Parts: sequence; C-alpha cells; structure tokens
Amino acid sequence: MLLSTRHLEAFYGDFQALFGIDFEIDPGEVVAIIGANGAGKSTFLKALSGLLKAPRDRIWFDGRAIGGMPACEIARLGISMVPEGRRLFPSLSVRENLSIGTHSGRRGPWTPERVLGLFPVLRELLSLPGNAISGGQQQMVAIGRALLANPRLLICDEISLGLAPVAVKGLYDTLPAMLAEGMTLIIVEQDVGLAQRVTQRLYCFQEGRVSLQGRSGELSRSAISRAYFGV
Amino acid sequence: MSLLGALDMLLQGVLTGGLYALFAIGLSLMFGVMRLVNIAHGDVIVLGAFLGIAVSAGAGVGLLPVFLLVVPAMFALGYVLQRGVLNATLGRGILPPLLVSFGVSIMIENILLELFSADARSLKAGGLETQSISLGAGLAVGLLPMLTFSAALLCTVALEYLFRRTPLGRAFRAASDDLEAVQLQGIDHRKVFALATAVAFAVVAVAGICLALRTTVTPSDGPGYLLYSFEAVIIGGLGSFWGTFIGALILGVAQAAGFHWDPGWGVLVGHLAFLSVLLVRPRGLFPRTRD
Repeated sequence: MLLSTRHLEAFYGDFQALFGIDFEIDPGEVVAIIGANGAGKSTFLKALSGLLKAPRDRIWFDGRAIGGMPACEIARLGISMVPEGRRLFPSLSVRENLSIGTHSGRRGPWTPERVLGLFPVLRELLSLPGNAISGGQQQMVAIGRALLANPRLLICDEISLGLAPVAVKGLYDTLPAMLAEGMTLIIVEQDVGLAQRVTQRLYCFQEGRVSLQGRSGELSRSAISRAYFGV
Repeated sequence: MSLLGALDMLLQGVLTGGLYALFAIGLSLMFGVMRLVNIAHGDVIVLGAFLGIAVSAGAGVGLLPVFLLVVPAMFALGYVLQRGVLNATLGRGILPPLLVSFGVSIMIENILLELFSADARSLKAGGLETQSISLGAGLAVGLLPMLTFSAALLCTVALEYLFRRTPLGRAFRAASDDLEAVQLQGIDHRKVFALATAVAFAVVAVAGICLALRTTVTPSDGPGYLLYSFEAVIIGGLGSFWGTFIGALILGVAQAAGFHWDPGWGVLVGHLAFLSVLLVRPRGLFPRTRD
C-alpha cells in the first residue's frame, strides 16, 4: 500500500470537516474521489498534502506516518498536488511556473522537455505570465509543474472544473503517459461518468464521511446517486 | 535660482536620494515577499551604523573590513530574527507583525542606548568623508555621496537580478504570490522568508555604515529613517525595487529643493512630495504588488 488514512478527522477551528475517513491506495492505482460540494473532498486532500493539520499516525505514506508534517516536507517525500483552481504563480512566467516544480529536488523520468512533449502547446507560451494563458493551458502548466517534482503519488483536485469539454478530454488523454511511469493517482472529479471511466476504484464522500467505495466499473449509477446525494 | 544653482540642487538631491534608496530597499524587499511591514526597519539601520562604528573603533580596522564583518553579521541576524520571531507572526492578520516589530524596534533602541549611551557618533573613513570631485563650471560632488549612490544602484541591480534570474528569487516571488501553493512545490516558506529578511538586513547594514560615514547617529534616530524609507517605498510603488530607487531619488530631490528654499523646510517639502504622490497615485508610481 502506498498511502492510507485510518479514521482521519480534520477540523477548521471548532468545525469538524472530516469524520473518520479510512482510505487506501496501492502503487500504480488510479482512484477517484467524488462527492457534492462541501462533502469534504478538498479538505481530505489538504490533510494529505499537509496544508491542514492532522494527527501524525492517521496518515501513512510508504510505511511512514506523515500526518501533520509540513506541506513542503510531504512534497519532498513524493506527494504532488494539482490544486483546485490551478493556482499558478502570476508573477512567474510559464517557464518559471514549470521549473518551480523541480524545487522538491526529486529525480525521475519527468524533465522539462518531457513535460513539453506531453503538452506541446506550452512551447509557444513559455515566456508569458502564468495568468495570461487560457484555463486549459493553465491546467496543463499546473499538471506539468506537479510532474516535474517526479512524484510517486499525484493528486489532482477538480482538474476539469471550469474547462471546455475539449480541454478536459485533452487533459485526460495524457493520463496513459503518466501511468506508464508507474505513477499513482488520486483524482477528485465532479463528472462521475468520467471518474468511473478513468479510474480503477472510487470513493464517494458525503458530509465528511465515506458514503460509498468500490471498484469503479462495478458500482451502479443508483448506488452512486444515493451515496452522492444522500437520498 | 540660477541654472547652475538648480543643477547643483538636483545633483545633491539625487545623491541624498541614493542614501534613502539604501534605507528603503530592505523595507521594499520584506514587504514585497512577506507583506511584512517592519516597524523596526529604522532601528535596524541605526543598529547597522553602530555595529560599523563599534567594529571600526574596537578592532581598529579600515572601512573594507568593517563592511566585510558587519554585512554578514546583519545577514545572520536577519535570518535568525525572521526564523525565530517574525515567522510566528505571519498569517495571523496585520496586527501581530506590526506589534512584534514595534517591540523589536524598542529593544534595539534601548540596547543601543545601554551600550553606547545617547551620544551622537559617526564613523571615520580617513578623509573620504570630505573628498569631492569637481565637475567643472563650479559644480562639485562629494566622493562619499557618490559612492553611496553607486552602492544603492548596485544593490538595486543585484536584487533585481536575484529576483528575476535565480531560483531563490523565483521562490521569493512564488511565496509572495501564493503561500499555500509554494509549499506544495516542496519549498519551505519559513526558510524563504528568513533568507528574504537576511538579504534585507545585509542591504540595511550597507545603508547604516554609509549613514554613519555621512553624518552622526544616535540610538533614537530610527523612527526618522523608517519614515524616509516608507516614503521612498510608497512613492515608488510597493514591491518594485526600481520604483523604490526612483521614489528615494524623488524624496531626496524634494528635500534638496526645500532646503534650497529655506533651510528649515527641507524635510517638510519631502513629506509634501510624498503626500502629493499619494493623492495622485495612491499605489505609487511603479507598483508591482497586487494588494
């Protein structure tokens, strides 16, 4: 098992956002997390990436307790995140936004040239500011930035949000290239059909709890609807 | 005023502005990277001046060793202060950094008073302070103000290079843009902030030594220099080193014009120039930061 959480709880001040989440992902696996707005998906990812404090022994990565570790240390261990809304650095050019991914100091198959091979359209945009390109192109930069950290686990939070269908298809078409390197992937996705198609297993969150989990292809639409909406 | 008089006034104002630029660059850097308004900035300038005076008097060394000892010492002090104290105040609203840096300001002033008394002191540089270069037509500039101006120009160019062309500068800008996203890239923002303050303190050390060479300083002079630094940064526009440099020159020229008109009005005319810019361009002349 590459990453697991055991009865993970998370809080924003006094407000409890996660209630005992048990989650597992094996090396090379692709797992989706779905759920309505406010279900706790992004909070869960924040806890995994270190942006939200969690008890040390509730999150394990590669046999090591990482709960509550600083986000920068977790990134250096090999967990990269493509955050919701891309969050490129506007004062950095596209080239600089990509190269800042190498700051984690991890070596591996992903080089700037390889990332530009995956997203060739970025070659023409390298000198532009990070916020001066389209949403789809920004998402490519955000994914490329995460890949350049050569992560063992890549977490993508709502990568299709606000993008045109053709841009979403283009992004998901790059998945096989990432998986060919043995990468493990967690995808948070609002499009349930898409999530079922591209992942092996699926977790559905509802009000800070796991309401459903199983093999993506084996879960029925009605079961997902019940778990998603709670009705 | 004759043309020669006006030219002389402009020249002296620009050279004084060079010293103000050295004062202000560190403040601009700390605000640009961390959105931290360091109330102790003026006292740090005075601390740099007194360290220079102490090293010169205590070790009996020349000007170059004074720079070589004081600048790294201030770099280290800035790193430790940010890592040990100021980092803990960030991300908790605007008040904690203001209050803590105000406390640091009071501490510096009182430690200096305890160690050096309230006497005014200056740094001797073997006659450098009084040497001048003749430009012809009755115009002359002091060698020390020229060197100070050159140091300010060099520091501005060096910081622009650091910010635009190096991985550390990239980390500075990224941390300034989005603190959470920068941590996701494996960058320790606490270390980045400590390095930013260290660099700012190193520049402030140069400013302090140049100040002590040019005039006398007392431990309680800090707030005045903080005010000049603020004015230069705000005239130039927050987050821009060249903006700060130009802002400092404008402040220096405005003061020189005021002094030329009436020796008692120089500082006031500088403040009026600052207020005028604030009225017309509230974000300064060359703003770079978005808030």
